[in-house]
Amino acid sequence: MLYSPVQPMHIPDGFLSTLVSIVLWVISAISVAYALRRVGKDLGERQAPLMGVLAAAIFAGQMLNFTVAGGTSGHLLGAAIATILLGPWAAVIVMTTVVSVQALIFQDGGLLALGANLFNMAVVGVAVSYFVYTSIQKLARGKSWGVFVVGALAAWFSIVIASLAAALELALSGTSPANIAVPAMGGIHMLIGVGEGLITVGALTFLYAARPDLLHIGEAAPKGSAAVWTGGLVLAVILAVLSPLASAHPDGLEWVAEQQGFLDTAQGPLYNVIPDYVFPGITNEAFATIVAGIVGVVIVFGVALGVAYVQRKRPTT
Amino acid sequence: MHLHFLDPYQHRASPVHALDARVKFVLTLAFILTASLTPVAAWPVYILLLAVILSVEILSGLGVGYVLKRSALALSFVLAALPVIFTIQGQTLFTLPIGAWTLTASVEGLERFVSVALKSWLSVQAAIVLAASTRFPELLQAMRAVGIPRLLAAMFGLMWRYLFVLVDEAMRLMRARAARSGRGTEAGSRSGGSVAWRARVAGGMAGSLFLRAFERSDRIYVAMLSRGYDGEVRALPLPPFTGAGRLSLAAGLAFLGLLLIFGIAFWG
Repeated sequence: MLYSPVQPMHIPDGFLSTLVSIVLWVISAISVAYALRRVGKDLGERQAPLMGVLAAAIFAGQMLNFTVAGGTSGHLLGAAIATILLGPWAAVIVMTTVVSVQALIFQDGGLLALGANLFNMAVVGVAVSYFVYTSIQKLARGKSWGVFVVGALAAWFSIVIASLAAALELALSGTSPANIAVPAMGGIHMLIGVGEGLITVGALTFLYAARPDLLHIGEAAPKGSAAVWTGGLVLAVILAVLSPLASAHPDGLEWVAEQQGFLDTAQGPLYNVIPDYVFPGITNEAFATIVAGIVGVVIVFGVALGVAYVQRKRPTT
Repeated sequence: MHLHFLDPYQHRASPVHALDARVKFVLTLAFILTASLTPVAAWPVYILLLAVILSVEILSGLGVGYVLKRSALALSFVLAALPVIFTIQGQTLFTLPIGAWTLTASVEGLERFVSVALKSWLSVQAAIVLAASTRFPELLQAMRAVGIPRLLAAMFGLMWRYLFVLVDEAMRLMRARAARSGRGTEAGSRSGGSVAWRARVAGGMAGSLFLRAFERSDRIYVAMLSRGYDGEVRALPLPPFTGAGRLSLAAGLAFLGLLLIFGIAFWG
């Protein structure tokens, strides 16, 4: 019944190297500042109370869980549904508010690590949700099934990709080796994502029946959304490709660091970005299978999207 | 029912509670940054940092037990760092045969693992002390003082204001579900329906929570208009910075800085 403070996606302080934390703080601060400007420009004054109350609703909505099996439960994280209801810019602000208050008041995620958590959940989560949502929404051409299919996929992808980002951050910080962190985080969140997807569809079904106007079906996308769409695509592809690569060749991270000349500066602890991982005799076929699964899903989704686009263009030409 | 138990603030008459929230906020961040920058295996520095945070806990009247109990909840993440014991190469500590694999633990790996766990534990204690000794409006002021955009600060404020209301709503929804869909009382008993059905019910609850939030925000907007809201988010000016606050800030930062230099000079 009580709010549970432990979620595997919220990285606490101490687990990220100072450099990774600060770089991600800067990236998140720039993204949030830009989103704030866009929200201020595009949206009416009515939006301020709406965003604040929805942030509270997402926080409270995380309590609404359902039992899956053996003590595990599915529950809502919210990036996808916030994106669908409010559009990408306001969703970034809402998720920033939720994640910041969780860290500040409930110690759910660290304060120095907050930049990284904001990046994973408010930036990557929202951009990927938006990318998946609008891509398939266009294909559904305003039909209602689109909303549900897309809601589930957006929720699932946003969580899985965000967890890959978290795993890579841990690996870059030298806290958890990539070939363990990526499959573990990815694998857990592929399951959590199913719960999130199911709840998101349930919520969209309810809203579609009660207030279809809130879902903006068939409305034109707001200006500047193409940039978010592209950003979501790029983030999803980079993270989906990079993390299995890092996982399969953990020394690859070190190789990149060497090429960048990081290693020369990585002597002092202040710049200890990439430590030495060596894996004596660990042949983890199970992990490799999970990674292969992630790659497979991404490829299948890409192919499906491509085919659907071709199908869609044919009648118009 | 109002969920005041969600609010971690604990009222005490202590110097930590009386300290300017801006000073507390900045010092907490500085403490976490110091812990983060402290080199691996600089044990004396970790012990000094632990001594600092324990003294603050005692001084604040919160009690060490309270903070430690809460900090234990946040520590399960430490599992994520466990593999480094075996993946960092170095002096062999022990070997652990698991089936066909043999895991070799190294001293360097263990040192890194313990350092990460300590950094995390120290940081979460500092964050707990901040949240438990500072009222939310003061925290909001502190955030404005360090330059968080006004609209974002207003979002934090609005979220905090309606958090309790919406958590109440969520709990009413859950009570209604428990009353109607036959929740089993014995451990291990399944609650009704298939997983998909349960997910749909939970989804419908989330949907209705969002709908209530939308409708409430309309009412809030009208109420704000009636009080003169014109789209501009306004806030009270920040209170002046006292000499005592300045002194504690400077002393705290200087001490943490010295600890950091000490750690890097000897173990860096």
